Amino acid sequence: MTTTPPLPVPSPDEASALFFEGLAAGRLMLMRCLACGVYRYPARDRCDACWSTETEWARASGRATLHSWVVFHQVYHPAFAARVPYNVALVELAEGPRISTNIVGVEDDALQAGMALEAVFEPLGDGVALVKFRPA
Amino acid sequence: MESIKGRAAITGLGITEMGRIYGHDGVWFAAEAIKLALADAGLSKDDVDGLLINKGIGTVGAVGLPLANALGFKELRLLNHMDAAGSTASQMVQYAAFAVAQGMANHVVCVFSDAPLQAPGSSAAAYARAAPPRGMASLAPAYGMFSVNAQYALAARRHMELYGTTQNQLGAIAVSTRAWATLNPRAQMREAIDLEDYHHSRWIMEPFHLLDCCLVSNGGVAVVVSRAEQAKDMAQPPVYVWGMGQGHHATLSRAGWNPDVHSAGALAKETAFRMAGVALADINVCELYDCYTYTVLVTLEDYGFCGKGEGGAFVADGRLGPGGALPTNTGGGQLSGYYMWGMTPLSEGVIQARGQGGERQVSEHDFVLVTGNGGMLNYHGCLILSPNAVSA
Repeated sequence: MTTTPPLPVPSPDEASALFFEGLAAGRLMLMRCLACGVYRYPARDRCDACWSTETEWARASGRATLHSWVVFHQVYHPAFAARVPYNVALVELAEGPRISTNIVGVEDDALQAGMALEAVFEPLGDGVALVKFRPA
Repeated sequence: MESIKGRAAITGLGITEMGRIYGHDGVWFAAEAIKLALADAGLSKDDVDGLLINKGIGTVGAVGLPLANALGFKELRLLNHMDAAGSTASQMVQYAAFAVAQGMANHVVCVFSDAPLQAPGSSAAAYARAAPPRGMASLAPAYGMFSVNAQYALAARRHMELYGTTQNQLGAIAVSTRAWATLNPRAQMREAIDLEDYHHSRWIMEPFHLLDCCLVSNGGVAVVVSRAEQAKDMAQPPVYVWGMGQGHHATLSRAGWNPDVHSAGALAKETAFRMAGVALADINVCELYDCYTYTVLVTLEDYGFCGKGEGGAFVADGRLGPGGALPTNTGGGQLSGYYMWGMTPLSEGVIQARGQGGERQVSEHDFVLVTGNGGMLNYHGCLILSPNAVSA
């Protein structure tokens, strides 16, 4: 008898706690520089544009466009053995950052750069959730 | 300001056995490469007064500063362990050239070695030993995002979407590079392939087939950099460094910044060609860092061999292969030859500039372009090499 190992679950740390708390509550929260307004993703303590360490957390709109994507066939982790082929995408949030995610609700063959997307939240249990995107 | 142009030369080259060579660590391969390079240059250990070191991905016996102790170099005037990812090899030659030209050292050895394959097993396993990440970094595995292969595949897909680049055009690079490898006894993959073979090779992640991705190799490569005046009296035909450049840009993954379809090569190109005083049309041979087929395509564009977005059409007609108008990666590159990071294009560049390429030697080799690329198209270094001395 074989068992499929569980999917990797994110493990929040101090710097990312508010981000993950947001996902669990169905909100995409981003760090924004208080000095110059540039959004920081991933969360980090210093703005790469103006070097300010002043920051706030702001709720993102959840609107995005598809920047690029790949479709995995090789299994790099045993939990994904039954899931290949699956997509991993880079989406450009309306607020600016590009983030890695999965596109759901559409066949991989129908993906096109520039297509309009919206955030959906997928609970993984234990108070952890992921943000994914579907065609808007 | 007196130019560095032509004042340093590559005078020695050592290449160990390459590929699935087991039982040795990085230090062993580095030592062997240095021995070969010194023998090639006609130098002894005591002639060496500079050592620049670069390690690869392997963690077992990886080289670092202790290499100088292991090899018993008693009096070095220059020593460093450098890390600019895949651009390091060309950068080592650059810093060595400055050192010899300015009298800081006479003969600088630049060495790279790697031994990621420590036991029979898949190449992917050699790169998948990291501990589970935490925080934001733990998102990637949760989405099923693994491997630098996928980062480059995302960039290639973006290029395909923006410019209409096709799978056949990526495949053309795999095919032409393999055609060169069939002529190189050192190459790991020497069986000719065509586009059909390319399409039949398994997907790693679309749009990359296995044949879009470089090999993994155990081995070592070393070069010796000497002052031009000394080089002309040494054992091998000197390979003069006419031009040198670097370009680096941050991965800012946000709107308006597109490092996925623009490497930092354009910056390096501008510096190096200005220094050398040559034009793109003067380049006879290209040795371009080819961690992926796509890396070659985007580099050709960023150097201006064709316009941005025109790389696919540019490579599709066999231009890069044997007999083509722009011989590129004439030893089989990293895709089919051996994966020694920036030492792969550098070593073949030296061979071609010397005219020692045997069956694969390109007839005109006055100017050879060598590029190195690292990170996610972040770090770039280049050299313009020539067998011709710069006339005073």
